[in-house]
Amino acid sequence: MTQLILLLISAALVNNVVLSRFLGLCPFLGVSKKTETSVGMGAAVIFVITLSSMAASLIYTHILIPLKLEYLQTIVFILVIAALVQFVEMVLKKNMPSLYEALGVYLPLITTNCAVLGVALDNVAKEYNFAQSLVYGVGTASGFALAIVLLSGVREKIENNDIPHVVSGMPIVLITAGLMAIAFTGFSGLI
Amino acid sequence: MNKSLERLYNGIFRENPTFVLMLGMCPTLAVTTSVVNAIGMGLSTTAVLMFSNLIISAMRNIIPDRVRIPAFIVIVASLVTVVQLLMQGYTPELYKSLGIYIPLIVVNCIILGRAESYASKNPAIPSFFDGIGMGIGFTLSLSCIAFVRELIGAGTIFKGLIALPNNNQIIPTDFTISILVLAPGAFFVLALLSALQNYFKAPSATNTGMSSDIACGGNCSACFGESKAHNHNAIDKDIEEKELEAKRKKEEALAKAKAEKENAANAGEGK
Repeated sequence: MTQLILLLISAALVNNVVLSRFLGLCPFLGVSKKTETSVGMGAAVIFVITLSSMAASLIYTHILIPLKLEYLQTIVFILVIAALVQFVEMVLKKNMPSLYEALGVYLPLITTNCAVLGVALDNVAKEYNFAQSLVYGVGTASGFALAIVLLSGVREKIENNDIPHVVSGMPIVLITAGLMAIAFTGFSGLI
Repeated sequence: MNKSLERLYNGIFRENPTFVLMLGMCPTLAVTTSVVNAIGMGLSTTAVLMFSNLIISAMRNIIPDRVRIPAFIVIVASLVTVVQLLMQGYTPELYKSLGIYIPLIVVNCIILGRAESYASKNPAIPSFFDGIGMGIGFTLSLSCIAFVRELIGAGTIFKGLIALPNNNQIIPTDFTISILVLAPGAFFVLALLSALQNYFKAPSATNTGMSSDIACGGNCSACFGESKAHNHNAIDKDIEEKELEAKRKKEEALAKAKAEKENAANAGEGK
């Protein structure tokens, strides 16, 4: 149990998926203009990464290993993730329209989010079992959600500030992200 | 032949994937801690890119339009697996230091972006050269970023690539700014790069005056496939509209000036 909690904290804070491993950078920079949308994106990522991490772990241990097809993992995982995202989209649309309304627009963007594939591959590389994969997925995704919500908060604040023309736009966002990354390296003493 | 050369030039300079298109930012930031990693990443991406462009372009008339994206992903993923196994076999050290970023080439936006915007519409040979050009452009830009980060952050040059005296150490470790090889440094280097682009008003995905109805917020690294095409159209339209607007304003101003002149002349005549 302690081990799982440690895994959760290290995945969410110490090895933050965006700020120290640069996975999922594209939505991190692209969809963080407003806190509202970044909360939606964060929630959608938590949802998809948790599901795909579980699915990939099950498929790897119960299908690929018995058939000795481990080398197909990249192809299988990317297809599983793409299919899963489509499936989740359809299920949500049919059964939970309110949730679909909230997350719908972000779901297609997630298929190309490298954090999703990254988590699935990490589970295999680190030889996590099912429970560990689940916890690792939740941790990584919450780390992403935390980072994107924090960044969007800062971006909303600096929107009306007097920023020199040269660094306005993307550079100031990157500098903000860099400062956040420095702050997050402080967590490395946590474990 | 000319067309092939043109594709090479286009990939390396005019549409450089890192500096101009701002695509594939995740590996750009993650592996540029040393030049040897950057070159390894760049070359493996180049290998995938040229063969994926070649295969996709050769199969462009067979793949049905509706399932093209999954088909492209399967082709790219197979090539990435081939590259991954080759690297594991022949360059185990590099494979270890690049780690998870090798299989993640699958979701690199440069590859699907080129497949969608060039290879699926053009014949095989130019597509092949387009892949090589883009790949070389990517490798060169990664190496440039990595050179700066390695030199200032670790004080070494080309460590692991060529053997120089003093273990490749140029700047003594007491004077290096080690944050540059850590995660935050990557963000700062990229910030500096895009600030330079802003300053020189260089053509880049991040400094077009974009309209707000773009799904990715104008950041081209966030989108691919259909949304990318749509967004590019939106940006192009935006630029076009601005140009038209400017032209219209200019004409209006001219007309106004002319009218005023005439008025003045008329008034003068009246007197």
